[in-house]
Amino acid sequence: MPAVTETREQVEKLGQSSYKWGFETDIEMDFAPKGLNEDTIRLISSRKEEPQWLLDWRLAAFAAWQTMEEPTWAKVSHPPIDYQDAYYYAAPKKKAGPKSLDEVDPELLRTYEKLGIPLHEQALLAGVEVPEGEEARMPIAVDAVFDSVSVATTFRKTLAEAGVIFCPISEAVRDYPDLVRQYLGSVVPVGDNFFAALNSAVFTDGSFVYVPKGVRCPMELSTYFRINARNTGQFERTLIIVEDKASVSYLEGCTAPMRDENQLHAAVVELVAMEDASIKYSTVQNWYPGDENGLGGIYNFVTKRGACRGARSKISWTQVETGSAITWKYPSCILQGEGAVGEFYSVAVTNNRQQADTGTKMIHIGRNTRSTIIAKTISAGHSDSTYRGLVRILPKASGARNFTQCDSLLIGDQCGAHTVPYIENRNMAARVEHEATTSKISEDQMFYCRQRGLSEEDAVGLIVNGFCKDVLKELPMEFAVEAQKLLQISLEGSVG
Amino acid sequence: MSDFLNISGLHARIDADGAPKEILRGVDLIIAPGEVHAIMGPNGSGKSTLSYVLAGREDYEVTSGSVSFKGQDLLAMEPEERAAAGVFLAFQAPIELPGVNNANFLRTAVNAVRRARGDAELDAVAFLKTVRAATKKLSMSDEMLKRNVNVGFSGGEKKRNEVLQMTMLQPSLAILDETDSGLDVDALRIVADGVNALRSPTFSALVITHHQRLLDYLNPDRVHVMARGRIVHSGGAELAKEIDVQGYASFLAEAA
Repeated sequence: MPAVTETREQVEKLGQSSYKWGFETDIEMDFAPKGLNEDTIRLISSRKEEPQWLLDWRLAAFAAWQTMEEPTWAKVSHPPIDYQDAYYYAAPKKKAGPKSLDEVDPELLRTYEKLGIPLHEQALLAGVEVPEGEEARMPIAVDAVFDSVSVATTFRKTLAEAGVIFCPISEAVRDYPDLVRQYLGSVVPVGDNFFAALNSAVFTDGSFVYVPKGVRCPMELSTYFRINARNTGQFERTLIIVEDKASVSYLEGCTAPMRDENQLHAAVVELVAMEDASIKYSTVQNWYPGDENGLGGIYNFVTKRGACRGARSKISWTQVETGSAITWKYPSCILQGEGAVGEFYSVAVTNNRQQADTGTKMIHIGRNTRSTIIAKTISAGHSDSTYRGLVRILPKASGARNFTQCDSLLIGDQCGAHTVPYIENRNMAARVEHEATTSKISEDQMFYCRQRGLSEEDAVGLIVNGFCKDVLKELPMEFAVEAQKLLQISLEGSVG
Repeated sequence: MSDFLNISGLHARIDADGAPKEILRGVDLIIAPGEVHAIMGPNGSGKSTLSYVLAGREDYEVTSGSVSFKGQDLLAMEPEERAAAGVFLAFQAPIELPGVNNANFLRTAVNAVRRARGDAELDAVAFLKTVRAATKKLSMSDEMLKRNVNVGFSGGEKKRNEVLQMTMLQPSLAILDETDSGLDVDALRIVADGVNALRSPTFSALVITHHQRLLDYLNPDRVHVMARGRIVHSGGAELAKEIDVQGYASFLAEAA
């Protein structure tokens, strides 16, 4: 239908400019020389005034990385990455890690304001500047990471009163070396995989969270990652430790400027949950996805893993993946403690030329461990999306249960969706269920909605949000609204 | 010439596996404001196609003829613009929207149409009040609002849901495509009551049906027989009774 093609072209153009986080901040930066070798690592380590053990740890990771090959098993393709053609350290000038918000470069504060990330505690406190009729917003503590360093962390005092440590990991290395040394690399070892080894060698900052025994963290914690500098990789490291009977809900968001070249983001996240502890980790990933022809965009190669070490511990991953040119990401749970629970809720949206290969691993070690996987994949344009998941039940995991549901939704006829579930069950007393569906937004559905007065974009938004409902309801409320809007924006121009 | 709905010499075809197939072959029909018209006719005569073309379904290509609605060129409008202008199509087979809450869908639709018509949007409270009144009138349970649009609905529930949407969207032209088929007597009554409740000098309806029974309740102003893509015979309400007894044979002979 010619009319349809025209509409599609028109909205596709719109879609291109819809990445409203694509601006660049002009700020003086401090770079390490381009390229990756032991000297780069020594430089990063000395800039951060790290102890010898951490430098040794990094160098061991680098040595491991040099013997490794980039993995090729994922269903993504890209030109070879020249690891020597990037900066591995870029920090806004001024001293890293300001003591208070007053010391933060105003240009940076403006950047985060533009991104809608409030760094002024004042503006966030309940009851202050709340328009009539609106509920006071629950304060959220934010750690803002700008390229290689953390520039501000809010609400630290309030959190400290509750006994919760929330700070940049570089500070944790200095202030809580024993904790960091005990847990860093204990869930994702330095040589775990190519990208994790790279991260271990060159990670620059990230967030550190420690919730002591019996403490329920009094507010949502959140880290906001921003890549700004050109030709720079971002390698952040997040470590969250939650002791017995303690709990935390943690959110991360991320954006980057629109650029024609690809930029590498290789993060590592490690979670440790002790007895009866619970960690809820939510991500809204909105890195720049590249333009409609696949030019530019972030390569997002991320290793996220949580260890449910204690009995009845629980780790829940929720992710909404709308950005990046390529996503390679498998947030996983190692279910060691008896009765431990792992959850993975995912919405992955690809449009234009985006590629995503994402999923999870649930490793059942302890008895009566349970896991739930709900993965929703939406592909539009010329994009390609794969769910890849592993459910492994070890011989001692009697009574283990897994339920997996993978649903794919295709928009248009140029995109692809694939489901690759691996199930390895070595215990006869375990139960594993897998369900998968693939559907398309049908012309009937579109016509039905439009006959009721909805525009094409609204109709797609409604149907897609309906498709993702089971996952979106797992997000903290404020994020859920943002995620819904983001889904709609990501799919702008995809109907036809 | 009426200034409400005027269909003139309408030809339309569909792409049937690469070969265009003409389905409407010169439909002429005028509906005045406030009138209820019925269209009857054998299967495959083009009744549903006519309703789809009026509502703007893109699979059909109009090759000649015109449709003016309230003085506007209906065929030049997008489906959602037609909805805003007051055209409502009750689907023969209502479409399922998995995961989409029925109340949310209804509110989104009502507010989209209100926006387009220059009316203020309904907030959640006002909407709930209106929709509760409507469901009560249609003997529907509120529980249906909490379910996903048409998912797991029985045939009767789907049709009732269509009538609920019609009631909420306040169209000026309702096209009912065999809304009565597969309904028991009670459900039929509810559908008829739903249409009758909307009747006013500014509301018209085009009712496609195979059965005399619905027309007993609606008492149409005009009844048309459609065959081979054209309206071949028109008459008053008594024509439906005639068809009920004699079938379409005599009209088909007339058309040939």
